[in-house]
Amino acid sequence: MLAFTIPYWGQTIIKMLAVLVVIPVGGLLVGYMFLLKMMAHMQSRLGPMEPGGFHGWFQNIGDAVKFIQKEDTIPGKADKWVFSLAPYVVVMSTFLLYLVIPAGPDLVISNLAAGVFYALAVGSISVLGILMAGWGSANKYSLMGSLRAAGQLIAYELPLVLAVIGVVIQAGTMSLPGIVNSQRHFEVFGRNIGGMPFIATQFVGFAIFMIAAQAELTQAPFDMPVAESELVTGYMTEYSGFRFLSFFLGEVASAFALAAIAATLFLGGWYVPMPTWFHDNFANIAGPVVLLTKILAINFVIFWVRFSYPRFREDQLQTLAWKYLIPISLLNIMATAVLKVVF
Amino acid sequence: MTAIINPPIINPPAAGTETTFNPSNPDHMKQAAYIAGQAADMRVNVELETGGMTVNLGPQHPATHGTLRIVARLDGEQVISADPVMGYMHRGYEKLTEVRTYPQITTLVNRIDWLGSFANEVPFIGAAEQLMGVEAPQRAQWIRTALCEMARIAHLTLFLGDLGAQLGAVTPVFFAFRDREHVLNQIEAATGGRFHPNYNRLGGLKEDLPKGWVVETKAVMTKVRDFCDLLEELLFGNLVFQQRTRGIGLIPAEKAMEYGLSGANARASGVDWDLRRDQESPLAWSMLDWKVWTHPDSDSYARCWVRLQETREATKIVDQVLDGLPAGPIMAKVPRIIKVPAGETYVSAENPLGEMGYYVVSQGGLGPFRVKIRTPSFNNISIMPWVLKGVYVPDIVTILASLYFILGDIDR
Repeated sequence: MLAFTIPYWGQTIIKMLAVLVVIPVGGLLVGYMFLLKMMAHMQSRLGPMEPGGFHGWFQNIGDAVKFIQKEDTIPGKADKWVFSLAPYVVVMSTFLLYLVIPAGPDLVISNLAAGVFYALAVGSISVLGILMAGWGSANKYSLMGSLRAAGQLIAYELPLVLAVIGVVIQAGTMSLPGIVNSQRHFEVFGRNIGGMPFIATQFVGFAIFMIAAQAELTQAPFDMPVAESELVTGYMTEYSGFRFLSFFLGEVASAFALAAIAATLFLGGWYVPMPTWFHDNFANIAGPVVLLTKILAINFVIFWVRFSYPRFREDQLQTLAWKYLIPISLLNIMATAVLKVVF
Repeated sequence: MTAIINPPIINPPAAGTETTFNPSNPDHMKQAAYIAGQAADMRVNVELETGGMTVNLGPQHPATHGTLRIVARLDGEQVISADPVMGYMHRGYEKLTEVRTYPQITTLVNRIDWLGSFANEVPFIGAAEQLMGVEAPQRAQWIRTALCEMARIAHLTLFLGDLGAQLGAVTPVFFAFRDREHVLNQIEAATGGRFHPNYNRLGGLKEDLPKGWVVETKAVMTKVRDFCDLLEELLFGNLVFQQRTRGIGLIPAEKAMEYGLSGANARASGVDWDLRRDQESPLAWSMLDWKVWTHPDSDSYARCWVRLQETREATKIVDQVLDGLPAGPIMAKVPRIIKVPAGETYVSAENPLGEMGYYVVSQGGLGPFRVKIRTPSFNNISIMPWVLKGVYVPDIVTILASLYFILGDIDR
C-alpha cells in the first residue's frame, strides 16, 4: 500500500485528472509517433516532416487546429441526434477502457474483480457508435461502411475474448491488477526467477489477440469499414470538423488502450523482472514508464502491419475469423486448461 | 455464390515455359475451361438474385482516379449490373485538330493520356510523316524509342503504386511517386517538359540530348529496376494482395478479343500481341533484344504482373537504345511551312495502355481534314459491364485498378 493515505475526494480528483490527461495525451502520442512520423519515415513522405522546424513537431497541433476551425456540417436528410452523438459514443467507449488498466501496484483507477470482462465489454460499445454514424448519415457509403464494421467487429470480438481466456485460466483471476501480480510471482518449474510475462506460455493467444485487435481497431489489413478507395471513408464520410476529429481521436486512443490491455495481459503490464526486495513504491514510480514503453512497442507492430498490408475482402476477413482464429483459440484454451491441471 | 478457388498458376514462368495461350497444350486448355466455368458461374448466380440498391461510384470517387461514373446496382455487397458513364471529361480533341496546324496538334495530343504523354505524340507524328513522305533520321528515331519507353516506365510505375493504394496498401504509392520522379526528371532534362514534352517535330526532334544525359538515364533505369524488385516483394509477394487479385476479374482470351482489349490487358489473357513487335515501325524496337510478356491466367493478378514485367523490359530497351545510339542529325529537311499532301493513313503504336492510333485524313492544307483517335482505355473499359457482373464491391476496385485506364484517354 501507499505509505500515506489520500482522502476519498482527493483520490477522485486525481483519478479524474488522470483519465482526462492520459487519453488525449496517449492518443496524440500514438498519432504523432506512429501515424505521422513512422508513416513519414516508412513511406518517404515529405509533408509531415516540415511544419514547425525540427522533425515536423507542429504537424499534430496544426492538424487539430485545422479540424476545430472547420465548419461542422450535418447533412439535410441526416437523423440529427443520432448523427451528432455517434462520435462521442465511440470516444466514450475508449474512455471507459482506461478505468481498469493498472499502471503500478496501486495506480489503478478502479480495481474491478471482473476487469478483463469489463474491458472487453465496453470496448464493443464503439460498434454502436459506428452503426449510429452509418445510419444517421443518410449516405449509402456510410451505411455500407457501418454494416461492414458491425460484421467485422462482431466476428473479431470472439477470438479476442477466447484469446484472453487462456490468460485468465493461467492467472486464475479476471482482475487486471491480479493478472499482473500473477505474472510477477509466476514460478517457472516451481522456482521464482523474478516472474515471467504470460507471452512465454500464451504466445498463440498473444498472436490471436494482436490479429483480432488489429481488426477491432479497423486498421489495415482489416480496414474494410473505412476502405477509402471503395467507400470514400465509410461511416465517416459525412463528418467534418470536431466530430471527425473525435472519430480520429477515438481511433488512436483506442489503439493506445487496446495496446495497454495487450501489454497488461501478455507482457506483464507495469512489471519488469526485478529483485523481490524492491519496494512497491519504486514500482509505482517506474510502472507507468514501463507500461508506456510496452504500449508503444505494441503500437509499433500494429502500425507497421497497417502500413505494409493491403486490405482483405469482406468474405476473406470473415473466413479468417471463423475458420482459423476461433478454432485455434479454442485449441489454445484446451491446451492451457490441460497444462494448468498438469503443472 | 460459390467461393472462388485460385486457378492453377504458372508464375513466375520459368525460363522456357510457354506463357502464350496454346490450344494444343492440355494444361492451357484446362486453364481455359476453368476460366470459362468461373465466368459461367458468375452469370448464373447473378440471375438468381433479386432486389438491390443503386450506388453511384463517381464521377468524383477515389476509385476512378478521374471523372468516370459507374452506376452499380448492388444486392448487398454483390454487383448485379454496372454501367460506366463516360464523357465527363470530353475535351473535343478530334474536333480541335481540324482547326489546328500539324505542329500545333502534337501539343494537343500530349494531353490525351497525360501520364505517358510522349507516347501519344509518336503515332501522330508517324502518321503525319508518312503522309508527307518524310523520314526522320536514325538518331531521332532511336531517341524517340528511348523517350517512348521512358514514358511507359513513368506510366506503369505509377500504375504499380496506385494498385497498392486501391487495394488499401498506402506505402507503394509513395514509393512509386518517389521513383517516378527520377524518370520525369530525365524526360524534363531532355525535352524541357516534365509531363507534356512536345518534343517531336515533323521530320525529327526539337533538339539533341543534353550532355551527360545518357549516363544519368542509365543510373535512373537501375533505380527503376530496384523499384520493380521492391514492389515485387512488397506487393506481389504479399499473401493478402494475391488473395485479392487472383481469380478476380477473369477475362478469357476470346472475350478480350471480342471487346477489343489491347496492351497488357490482352496480353494478360494470353493473347500474344504487341504492336512494337508485330508491326513495321520506323522506331528502333525491331533492332533491340526484348521480350513480350504474356500470362495465361487472365485475372487481375496476371494483368498487374504483366505490367510489372513490361516495366522491366522497358528499362532494358532504354538501356540498349542508349548503348547503341547512332550519331548524326536529329532533323530531316522539311519546309518551313508544313503542308501535308492529300491522302489518308492509319498509324498506331503500342502505348503504355494499349493500342493507340490516329486515322489522319489530309486534304492538302496546313492542318488535317479529320483525325480519328483510337485510344486504348476506351476499349479497355468497354468490357466493364461484362466483367463486373457478380463480383463484390471491393472487387470492383481491384478490377478497375487492374484494367487501368486514364480518364483523358477514355473521353479525349
